[in-house]
Amino acid sequence: MAILEAEHIQKTFGGVQVLKDISFSMEKGQTLSIIGSSGSGKTTLLRCLNFLERPDTGMIRVNGETLFDAGDPDTTTEREIRKKRLHFGLVFQSFNLFPQYTALQNVMLAGQLLAKEAEDYKVRKREINLAIEEHARELLTQMGLGDRMGNYPHQLSGGQCQRVAIARALALTPDILCFDEPTSALDPELTGEVLRVIRELADKETTMIIVTHEMAFARDVADRVIFMDDGYIVEQGPPAEVIENPKEERTRQFLSRYTQG
Amino acid sequence: MQLFTEQFPIVIHSLNIGFLQTLKLFFVTLTGAFPLGLVIAFGSMSHFRPLRYCAKVLVWIIRGTPLMIQLLIIYYFPGLVLHNPIWGGGENGRFLAASFSFILNYACYFSEIYRGGIQSIPVGQTEAGLVLGMTRRQIFVRVKLLQMIKRIVPPMSNEIITLVKDTSLARIIALQEIIWAGQAFMKGSQGISGAIWPLFFTAVYYLVCNGILTVLLGYLEKKLDYFK
Repeated sequence: MAILEAEHIQKTFGGVQVLKDISFSMEKGQTLSIIGSSGSGKTTLLRCLNFLERPDTGMIRVNGETLFDAGDPDTTTEREIRKKRLHFGLVFQSFNLFPQYTALQNVMLAGQLLAKEAEDYKVRKREINLAIEEHARELLTQMGLGDRMGNYPHQLSGGQCQRVAIARALALTPDILCFDEPTSALDPELTGEVLRVIRELADKETTMIIVTHEMAFARDVADRVIFMDDGYIVEQGPPAEVIENPKEERTRQFLSRYTQG
Repeated sequence: MQLFTEQFPIVIHSLNIGFLQTLKLFFVTLTGAFPLGLVIAFGSMSHFRPLRYCAKVLVWIIRGTPLMIQLLIIYYFPGLVLHNPIWGGGENGRFLAASFSFILNYACYFSEIYRGGIQSIPVGQTEAGLVLGMTRRQIFVRVKLLQMIKRIVPPMSNEIITLVKDTSLARIIALQEIIWAGQAFMKGSQGISGAIWPLFFTAVYYLVCNGILTVLLGYLEKKLDYFK
């Protein structure tokens, strides 16, 4: 069964239709790369999946459960959406770490707040918070930041910040981890360390959707690639097809800019 | 005619009592205006249009007219025009009316500072919180509030220091704050009359008070320097 199914998603901003009937699905453990030029709707699609934007039409299902159905008002209220967001994690282009918290606190905060909603929280408070901290430490160590846990974001490099952000997203163990151009805000020499941890996650069969301009990376890491243009999915398939041997003229045009450049 | 050395302790005693009233008005104003300002700030950022317009009009009126006029209207209007002296008589009544005026006035100024502080926080902070399953309230309290406080300390310091001096406007409704206490010695009080120096001397109180506040607020600003 597909872990994620998106059907007929459309989104219009002030008269401009950014997403025009997007449908796709993905399997558990897969890495899906979304490529396409700026303004093609990649980021909007990712924001719709994380409910930062509400699709005007369409349906989003995770593990067969309908999380969002534009036709069913009960699924579109803020209250309903909050918990459903947790099926997805999102790593932003500009990190969006919380500046007043250390790396470790950034990773722990959401988990601690959610834990308070548990019924037995008062009784098991210590135990729960210890588990959250241990998990956060593990994740940061896994990101190669074992010696940076007590640092504030402004004391970290861009690459380190982005790795903290990845740990923060992983802390809530989402079903699907989304990346919105995770290396676009980084100096070229810092992209490698971020791509490396994403590659490690792919090797561990983390289900991921990566919006990226790094074609070589998409080709190496992704199990499937979606090429978007002008709000449509133009072509999708394994990277060997979409990136190496594109069928569509528009995909070829887009990719030629990268191989020549 | 008494010697200056004989006048001095009498005057200082009076000024101290006056300054106590000044400080009382100062702290009551801050205590009321800090939260009320936040309420007005949220009102002026509300997506509900009537509420937003009400908040904007209130801020326009309060910031657009002198605090002294507001004091006079708020103190005298109920009694003289409506024949319903809601503030009651005496020093207590004057203090109530002054507190009300100052809280309302400063809350409007604070609300604009809060609004600037909240709106200067990148939307990415809210989005990061939302994606992590936080509620809007949690995002405000746990993510945005401290960042907002850090940004508003310098402009707030300005307003707070101005407030210390603005309390002297309450003299216009004869609140017995320090200016009133100093002036009393010109007309004559406790055997001293025609003395102008007590009024001039009140400046020292304001200066010392604002010196202490400047140090405290500078300390707070430094305390929040641990993040950027």
